[in-house]
Parts: sequence; structure tokens; C-alpha cells
Amino acid sequence: MGTMTIGAKYKATLKDRGTGGVLRMSEDKFTFTPNDPRSLMKLSVDFQTIKGHKFNKVDGSKPTPALLNLSKDSDKGGGYIFEFDNVGNRDLCRDFVARVLGKYQGTVPARPNVPPELSAVSTGPEQLSSAEMERRMKLLREDSELQKLHKKFVLGNILQESEFWATRKNLLDDETSKGSKQKPGFKSAMLADVRPSADGQTNKVTFSLTTEIIHQIFAEKPAVHRAFLDYVPKKLSEKDFWTKYCRAEYLLRTKNTLAAKAEAAEDEELAMFLKNDDILAKEAKLKIKRVDPTLDMEADAGDDYIHLPDHGILRDGSRETTDTDSELARRTLSQDLNRHAAVVLEGRSADIESTDTKTVAEALARSKKEPPPSSVADDASHERLVKAARMTEIEDLQAPRSLPYALLCIKDPREYFDSQQANALRPLGSNDGRKARSCSLSTDDAFRHLMDQISSVKMNCPVVQSDVALKVLNELNEGISRSRRLNLKNPQDSLLGRLPHRTRDELMDHWMAIQELLRHFWSSYPITTTVLCNKVQRLKEAMTQIYQKLQDIKESAQPDVRHEISQLVKPMTQALDAAFNHEHDQQQKSSKAGSKPNGF
Amino acid sequence: MKFDLEGLTVHFPYAAIYPEQHAYMGELKRALDARGHALLEMPTGTGKTAALISLITSYSLANPSRPLRLIYCTRTVHEMEKTLAELRLLFSHLPPEASRSLLALGLSSRKNLCVHPQASASAARDSVDTACRRLTASWVRDKAASDPESTPLCEFFESFDRAAAAGDLSSFMPPGVYTLADLRSLGRERRICPYFLARQMVKYANVVVYSYQYLLDPKVASIVSREMQKECVVVFDEAHNIDNVCIEALSVSVRKQTLDGAERNLRRISQEIDRFKATDANRLRAEYNRLVDGLAQRGNLPISDAWLANPSLPDDILKEAVPGNIRKAEHFLAVLKRLVKFLDGRLETENVENEMPVSFVASIHSQAGIDQRMLRFCYDRLHSLLLTLEITDTDEFMHIQTICDFATLIGTYSRGFSIIIEPYDDRMPEIRDPVIQLSCHDASLAIQPVFERFQTVVITSGTLSPITLYPRLLNFQPVISRSFTMSLTRDCICPMVLTRGSDQLPVSTKFDMRSDPGVVRNYGRLLLEMASSVPDGIVCFFVSYSYMDGIVNSWNEMGILQDIMQHKLVFIETPDVVETTLALDNYRKACDCGRGAVFFSVARGKVAEGIDFDRHYGRLVIMFGVPFQYTLSKILRARLEYLRETFQIKEGDFLTFDALRQAAQCVGRVIRSKADYGMMIFADKRYSRHDKRSKLPGWILSHLHEAHLNLSTDMALHTAREFLRRMAQPYDKAGSGGAKTLLTEEDLQDMGRAPMET
Repeated sequence: MGTMTIGAKYKATLKDRGTGGVLRMSEDKFTFTPNDPRSLMKLSVDFQTIKGHKFNKVDGSKPTPALLNLSKDSDKGGGYIFEFDNVGNRDLCRDFVARVLGKYQGTVPARPNVPPELSAVSTGPEQLSSAEMERRMKLLREDSELQKLHKKFVLGNILQESEFWATRKNLLDDETSKGSKQKPGFKSAMLADVRPSADGQTNKVTFSLTTEIIHQIFAEKPAVHRAFLDYVPKKLSEKDFWTKYCRAEYLLRTKNTLAAKAEAAEDEELAMFLKNDDILAKEAKLKIKRVDPTLDMEADAGDDYIHLPDHGILRDGSRETTDTDSELARRTLSQDLNRHAAVVLEGRSADIESTDTKTVAEALARSKKEPPPSSVADDASHERLVKAARMTEIEDLQAPRSLPYALLCIKDPREYFDSQQANALRPLGSNDGRKARSCSLSTDDAFRHLMDQISSVKMNCPVVQSDVALKVLNELNEGISRSRRLNLKNPQDSLLGRLPHRTRDELMDHWMAIQELLRHFWSSYPITTTVLCNKVQRLKEAMTQIYQKLQDIKESAQPDVRHEISQLVKPMTQALDAAFNHEHDQQQKSSKAGSKPNGF
Repeated sequence: MKFDLEGLTVHFPYAAIYPEQHAYMGELKRALDARGHALLEMPTGTGKTAALISLITSYSLANPSRPLRLIYCTRTVHEMEKTLAELRLLFSHLPPEASRSLLALGLSSRKNLCVHPQASASAARDSVDTACRRLTASWVRDKAASDPESTPLCEFFESFDRAAAAGDLSSFMPPGVYTLADLRSLGRERRICPYFLARQMVKYANVVVYSYQYLLDPKVASIVSREMQKECVVVFDEAHNIDNVCIEALSVSVRKQTLDGAERNLRRISQEIDRFKATDANRLRAEYNRLVDGLAQRGNLPISDAWLANPSLPDDILKEAVPGNIRKAEHFLAVLKRLVKFLDGRLETENVENEMPVSFVASIHSQAGIDQRMLRFCYDRLHSLLLTLEITDTDEFMHIQTICDFATLIGTYSRGFSIIIEPYDDRMPEIRDPVIQLSCHDASLAIQPVFERFQTVVITSGTLSPITLYPRLLNFQPVISRSFTMSLTRDCICPMVLTRGSDQLPVSTKFDMRSDPGVVRNYGRLLLEMASSVPDGIVCFFVSYSYMDGIVNSWNEMGILQDIMQHKLVFIETPDVVETTLALDNYRKACDCGRGAVFFSVARGKVAEGIDFDRHYGRLVIMFGVPFQYTLSKILRARLEYLRETFQIKEGDFLTFDALRQAAQCVGRVIRSKADYGMMIFADKRYSRHDKRSKLPGWILSHLHEAHLNLSTDMALHTAREFLRRMAQPYDKAGSGGAKTLLTEEDLQDMGRAPMET
């Protein structure tokens, strides 16, 4: 393992500015020697006293220092905090510490990128490859809910690490095939189609641009992007630049060609915005060589002897005879639409989240420079051939092909599906009369209609018992009224939305926890080994705790939401009760049978 | 698979075959046996091309006395690529000794085949042609022989020329299938010109795939198709528009710009003549002597000098001597000058004039002193002159060529044409833009030589309804004329007629309704609702560019377009082919990756003519409106009149037939095979009328349920959802019970044993 020497700052507390110095680590201890020999911050600590280590997350967005905390006691905190110049150094140190600590604690702890708190927990005797470990850690990091569960149960010693993951094998498998993370793309709505707003009283027209919009403009209009890099800030200030741009947009929009011509003649920068985008034209020339030959309509022009100028039928109304020799662009909506969709499809090339337009522009320029396209090597291109072959074969007679679908990555499934449900029910906004329709029946009418329906039914089978029917009916009614409330108002107004945020989150956490516990609980039956028996006991304890907590929440709730909370808690407690009952039954059964497993 | 069809062993490149393909092959075989023409309609998505090439290839393999000579005409280059890909697949399933000896190749213009780094860089076809001539014309090469330093030549052509002289072109091109891309890479690899190689190898190739125009357009036909023998089988695929191609090939229009350009050309020619008189008078004299012998020896010109030839001149004219009064270069020049002046005078009109060629020729004769015979020779005389004057930049001389085209056409044909002179476009009466249009009304004129020259011509498409109309329009007698229906495993197409929007108001693109905001909004709502519930690709067809532009702009202003974009990306066909091609490419990408997209296109446009939207590329087609032709067009009026008088075809009938075949063509592009499925919405109230609807091809009509004839947006949406849910269920691909939709080799053997009619 050897030793490690690295420059770092020692901080007594988080707020401390830190003392510069050198951190030396060997297999059994680490020392810190301040640069300033007068400083009192000299350290020499045995690794045996260190119980765990933590580190902070550093991403590019904020200037956070890279920290490493070697804690004496993982629960109480208190330890040695070091600050490093960069993340790389910190990670080196962290890995070293992890290995040393792992040796001391007789386990193989997670290697890099361990989220805080989780690192030094021993997980029993199982041995895992580091790749496997890493994958689990990655999952935990990406899914905060999973992380919470993990923290609660694995660290709370209710479940074992292996048990926890055993139910999530599919996640692990999927993850291996998934590979890259989905990047956020552009919005599909045409943002760059900046809509001017007029205030109606003066002749002033206002355009509003945000960084997001500007980024999209750069991506869709490379000529504007180039001009921005060229002119700003040497020739024009940024504000002037965008003013001119908007002016040009306005001229295009109003289709005032005469005014556009006049202004373009006076102002060369403005003229630039009105001209055709030469970069796009160049790109198109390259791209056309790579398109699927089965839709290459450009090649058709080569064989088209009918549509020579002055040949064929001129005025049959199918062709527009317009002069296209005007130097100023006749940019049309269709061109904009095509361009926009192409850019959306390409996606963002880099994660540019800066708020400064200049950096956005430069970053975009960097990402664009990369591919030096080979212009001639189109014919041999295997891809074109494959595409052509695929378009010709008859598919019933072939094995199905898998298309390169882009994977859908949903960050917060709950939020997504809730909003989708609301969307699905009102696809066309509010004015389609759907709402009105659903309320148009009066109670009387509905009742009468129902009565008609019922009276027309012949009763020839044994009728359900009335109390059961009533129960079902009540439940359905409740369900319907609740879902109506949910659907018709926006999601925030729903049952959950009206609870205080804290309570809601708490309830949701509990619900997740209960689900996890129950899953483990039911999968432990029938109990055949001591291990399972112990597990059930632990699960039961945890469930009892949660049960208690739920009761607390119910009792402590504000009177105005108490009903809703009890509604929400009811299914949870019912599920838990079922589990308890089952456990109880099993216990009785086993004690009756006299076979006392594990000495109970 | 290999099976026996009425005594013929057929090689088929798939493991199973559709029953209708089997029946199609049977009819085709009968046509080949009878050595006659055939007219076959089979729905799209049933593998016409595969059936066709398999049968014809197998037929000639089985009959060594009739070697394989197939000319396969496609409308577009990309269809050509598809056909060649199918041929490749087929050849790989033939017995090895057969596939080792067969040669199939595609042929296109220099623009698509040139590999010379500089010459191929030009964007337009004519500039590529010119650039090529500059490097390969015989006089340029003569000059290079004496002065090799300053005269650049094309190394690819030189090596072609050496190989052609040595007679071993075939060593450059071993048997196999060559697409355009293959030809280009072959050219680059072996440093030989692919264009001239292909043109030369066409004579020896077993299968030639090229564009319609190489057979139909007399301007190009005679250079590439001259050597084809009578035994060739000619196939016109996707031929539902063939009559339009024919009449367009023989139509010319002359505008003010054309005449101005022609005058410039004539000045330049006269300078050149003077120059030659001073330096090389022999050359002009040699030309004169040549013209006395007639035009027939034009065929002996070096391949690189060949011109687009004249509009279908009968063979005997070619042997005739050129009239004496235009044999001399100066005299011919004077004739052309008079002709241009005459046409200029006719353009000065203030009224629309409609004249027959006979009277027009008569007035040329009386006013300009040019008789019909001289007019007829104009085209060839001009080209002979341009050759003699060693002019390479032919694209500069487009205008005078147009004038000569015009002259030759009116000199050759006395019926089936009319000359319409319009002072301005009807839709923009304020802008004066006079034009003399020579428009052909009779599609049979251009295609007649093809029917006469080749013993079997097969015309096939997914939409040839009514099938009895085509023989009349094209004036030929098919021995086989049949329309096939589609045997389906499940109802995988779902045509619907949508007559009302969600507000129950009728929708239509009828002239008085189309700009009504209510109709525009209803159309937009329809698309929006569909975009939110149909997966993958949706294609929309509009009746014209201007209508599409208008409605898309309105949708943009109403905010409907933004809503649509929340569900799918939007791509639009534009008049610019490059942009449209890229948009289509992106559209396919968007469908491939699951993003989903909408493509807006125009009926009668380039996309509607040739691009497939099969499988996930098109789960729904919406045809907004009925794609009638622009009925106020003078040319259309004249054509309708001609059709009524000559063929007794009623105007309304023809217009409806024409509109409905376009609509059927648009919606037919969604289906490729029986595993595929797609919906078709005809969004116009006029489709619910019986006289319109009944013109749709049978395979669409048979799926058009009575309940789907008069839908509103809500009902259509409901039907669509139900249809999609049904299609998502697994099904038995081979078909169950008595109606087998997929035949295996064993099934076919059984059929052979049982004496039953297929």
C-alpha cells in the first residue's frame, strides 16, 4: 500500500479558513505538517482511531472546495477535515484512506465515489467485485429515494446489504446495459421563435431573450453564432448585438421586404441577420452525401429532364413561379421548423449551463469544431448500404430488428406520472367542453338513469349480499369522488397537495419504507432457516416502529387535514396489520405444532 | 425458396410468399408467354418488385432462347436504389452458375455518377455535363494530343477510352449488381469513368434500372436506349402517373427570358462562325457534306460528343438529307433569328390565345418563311452546328435549345398538342409574364415508340384504378390487365373518412371553404389529437404548396403548431430538394429513436411520388382535402377538351380520377408488408360522396367500413385508439384457417398437386 504525500489544508471546523500544509499518509497513520512552522496545527493520528470518512460532492457549477473528513466516530461527527486544491487530489486521498480503513475493519469498503455516510459500513462477509460495488453506489447516488431506503434499513441494521439488493437485481442488470446517462436536450417547442409582445399603446415591440433562448438561437443559426463570436464585444456590445438581431427578426416577421432591404443597405451587421445562412448551406451539402439513398431526392434532379427550365408544363398551378434571386433571405417558417426539429434531434452537445452568453457561445463553438467530416468516403459507407437494404426487405419474412431507441430516463417517476395523468385527461386545454360534459347531468337525472338501467336487469342469479354491496359501493364512490377531485383540479390541488409539505414527504417516505419492508417480509415466508427467522423479527420491529410513527402523525395532524391524512394512512396501516396478523398466525401455528424453530 | 409455377421453376428470395405475389407472377408469365403488354395493379406492401424481378429472371433462366434482357424503369433515383437492392438479394438466391453470369446496373446522369474531383463538384446537372465535355470532347482530346501541357483531360475518361478501344470493358465490370454508389466506388478504385462505363455496359447488361425518362423523354431516350433490342422486357414501376410523365416530356414553354437568352446565344454562334470561317473553314464545309448524307450517321459520333437527341423523330427522317436551305451554318442562323423574332412578336399579346400546331406552323411559314420540314430539323441541325463549332459549355445554350425543341415538336406533330399564349399568370394578373406554352395532351405520343419497339411492356403500380382507363389514355392493347386485391392476415389498414371537426362543422378544401378559420382550426385540432395518441411517425398531405404554407402559418399563429410540437417534432417539405431530403432523413431518425415526428408534405409533390412511409415511419397518413388539379389552368382545360373529343372521357370523371389516384398514392405509402399496419384519414367531406370514394383502389375500399364514412374528429380519435390497441396484439403471421396469407414451399407444392385456380 505504501504511503502518500499530498498538499492540503487542514481545517479544524468547516468554517475554518484552513492551514496550508502537507498531508502524509501511511498504512497505519497519517500526519499533517503545516507550511508555517510556527503553526500549532501539527497532527499525527493513528488510523485505528478513525472510524469512517466523508467527502463532499464537487461539481463544476459551484466553486466548492474539495473536502475530506476523517471522522473519529461516524455517528457523532468530529474528525479531521482536509481541503484539497482539486478533486483529483482529494479522490486519490480518499481512495487511499478507504483502502486503509477497509483493511482495518476487515471488509472491502466501497471504492471511489462513495456517497457520504455509507462508506465504511461493514456489510458482512460477502465479497463483491469493485465494479459491482460501484454500480450499486451509482444507483444509490442517482436515486434519492433508494438512497433513503438504503440508509434507513441497511445502515439501521434491519436488512442486510445483500438482502436489500436481492430484490433489485433487475435494476443492477439494466444499469449494466444502459451505459450512458441521458442528457437533457432542447425543448421541442420553438423557443427561438421569439415572439414579440406589443404593449398596444405605443409602437414599441418587446422581445425577451433568456440564456436558454440564446443558446437555442446559436444552435439553430450558426451564422448568428459566428457573428456573435466575431463582433461581441469588439465591435458591438452584447446589447446592441441582440437589439439588431431582434430588429432583423421583426423585419422578417412582418415580411416587409422593402424596409428590410433599405435597412440592410445601411447597416451591414443587420444585413448579416437577413441573409441566408451560408454555414447551414455548407453543412447541408456535406450532410446530403450521407443520407439514406432510398430517400435521396437530390439525386433525382440528375435524371430529371422534364423539369428543365422552360420544359414541362409551366402553369398548371402545381408550381409556384417566384423569383428567388433576391439577395436577402426569403426565410420561411418551414425552413425554420425543419431547422429547429433537426437541432432538437441532434440534442445538446455539451452540458452548458452557464448563465453568461459569451461562455455559452464559446462552449458551443468548441463542441462544434470536433468532427472533420470526410467528404468523399460516402459510397463505401456501410451504413448507407444497410439502410438501403433495410428499406427494401419485406419484414414478415425477417427476424425483427431492434432500432436504436433513445432510452427514456425519468428522474422522478412519481411526479412524471402524476402530471401525465392530468395531461391525458385534458389533452386540448380547457375549452373542449369536457368539464362541462361531466357535470351536465343533474343528480336526479343520473339517479333516474341508473334506476332505468337497474330495473331493466333481470335478476336471475343470487344477488350479492347487501352489506357487501354497500361496502363496495361506498368504496367506489369514495374512489370516484377522490379521483375526480384529483383530475379536475391541477395536481397541486389534489389530496396530497393540500397537506403540508413536510407531512407529505414524511408520509411518502414511510410509504416507501413500508413497501420495502413488506416486500421483504412476505418474501421471507415460509420460514425455513434461522436467518430468515431473524430477519422477520427485525422486520417486525421496524414495522412496529413505523406503525407507531404513523399513529403519531395522524394524531399530531392539524384538524383541517386530519381526515385526509387518515385516508392516506389507512391503506398503510391495513397492509401492516395484515402482515402482523400473518406473523401472529404463523407463530401460533408453529407453537401448536410444537416444533419450535430456533428455540422460540 | 424455389417453386414450380405452371411448369416454370421460380426462384424467390424469401422463405415464404404472399398468395397475391404468386398470382401476380402467374399473370406475368402469361404475358411473357404471349409476348404482349401487361397492365397489373397490386396494392402497395405486397412485394411487387420482388415478384416481378424473380419471375422475369426465372423465366429467362428457364428459356435459354430468351436471354434475360430487362429494362426496369423507376420514377426516382431512390427507387432505383431500392430495386437494385432487391435484385442483389434475388441474385444471391439464384443457382450459382446463373448469378455468376448476370449483370445488373443502374444508370443515371453524369451528375450522379461522375467521380472527377472538379467536374463532380458542381451542383447542377448541366454544369457537370459541361465540365465533363470540357475534359472529354473529341476536339479537346485532339488538341491535347498536340498540346498536352495546357489542355487538362479527365484521366477517368482516358482509361475508359483505352479499355473501350481494347475491347475489355467487361474486365472492369464483372457480373453482379451495381448501384450508383457501387459504380462510383468502382470508378474511383479502378480509375475509370463510371458514367461512360455504365452507358457502354448497358448493351451487355441483363438488367438495366433507370429513370422513366431514359425511355420516354425523346431528348434523352435515343442516346441511352438506342441499342435495346426488341426482346427486352420493359417494366414501368409505380406507373400510375405515367400519362403525366409522357405529356410533360413533350411540353415546352417559351418565356421572354428564353427569347432574350436565345438572342444572346445566336450572337455568340454567329461570332463563332466568323471565327471558324477565318481559321478553319474546312470544318464547316465538312459539316455541310455530312448533312447532305442525312442525320443517321449521328450515331457514329464519339460517345463523349453525343447530345441529348431530338424529340422522337421517325427513323426514316434520320436517313433523309437535311433540307438544303438550312445546311449552311449562316442560313440556319438566319432561320433561327427569324423564328425568335416571330415568337417575340407573338409574346406581345394582351389576350390569352389558344392555337393548334397546324395553324401556328402556317403562320410561321407565312410570316417568317420557315416551312414545316425546316422546323422539324431544327433540333438536330442546331446540335450539329454546336458540335462543329466545338462548343463545350452547353448549359449556356439552354435557351436556343429550348427554341429548337419547340420548333421540332410543332414541326413533327400536328395533333395532340395545343399552343397557349398567356400574357400573365392567372393568380398574379398584375405582373406581366407572357409565355408561349406548347403543351402535349396525348400521353400516347411519347410512349407509343416504346410499345412498338419492345415486345413486352409491363405497367404496374399500387393504384391503377380504374384499370380500364389506362389503355385508353396510353393507346395500347394489353394482353393481361388485372387488378389484385390484398389478402390480409388481420385488418392492418384502417381507412377513415373524416367529414366534420370536433365542433361538428364540415371540413373541406373546397375553394370557398379552405381559408375559413373554422376549417383551419378543425384540421389543426385533428392533427393535434392524433399526434397525442398515435405513436412514431405521422404524415400529412396537403393539396398544394401554397395551401400548406398558409395553413401551417395559421396553425403557428393559433398556437396549434406549438401544441403539436409538444408531442412530436415537425418537418416540412419545401421546394428545395436538398432541404427536403435532409428533413426526411431527420424525420426517419426521429421515428427510429422513438421521439416521433410529423411530416408535412404535398400531394403531387416529390415526396408523395417516391418516398415510403412504411412501418414506424408512418402509422397514420392524413390527407387534408381532395388533391384536384388547378382547374383554372388553361392547359388543363385544353387537355380535358382533347380527352373528351378523342377518348370520350368526361371532364369531371378525369379530374376525379386524377385527384383520387393522387390521394390513394399518398395514403398508400404507409404499408409495406402484412406485418405492417397504418391508418389513413381522408379529411374532407367530399370523400363521403360515392362518386369520389368509389374511385379509390379496391384494396382501400374493401377496408373502408360503412361506419367510418362520416366521422368527426372525436370519433376518428376513438377509432384510431381502438385500432392501435388491436394492432398491438400478437397475431398469427401465416394466417389461419382456409385463408392463408403466407405461403411456404410446401403450401405451393400442395397447390400444385390440387387442380385449383390460383
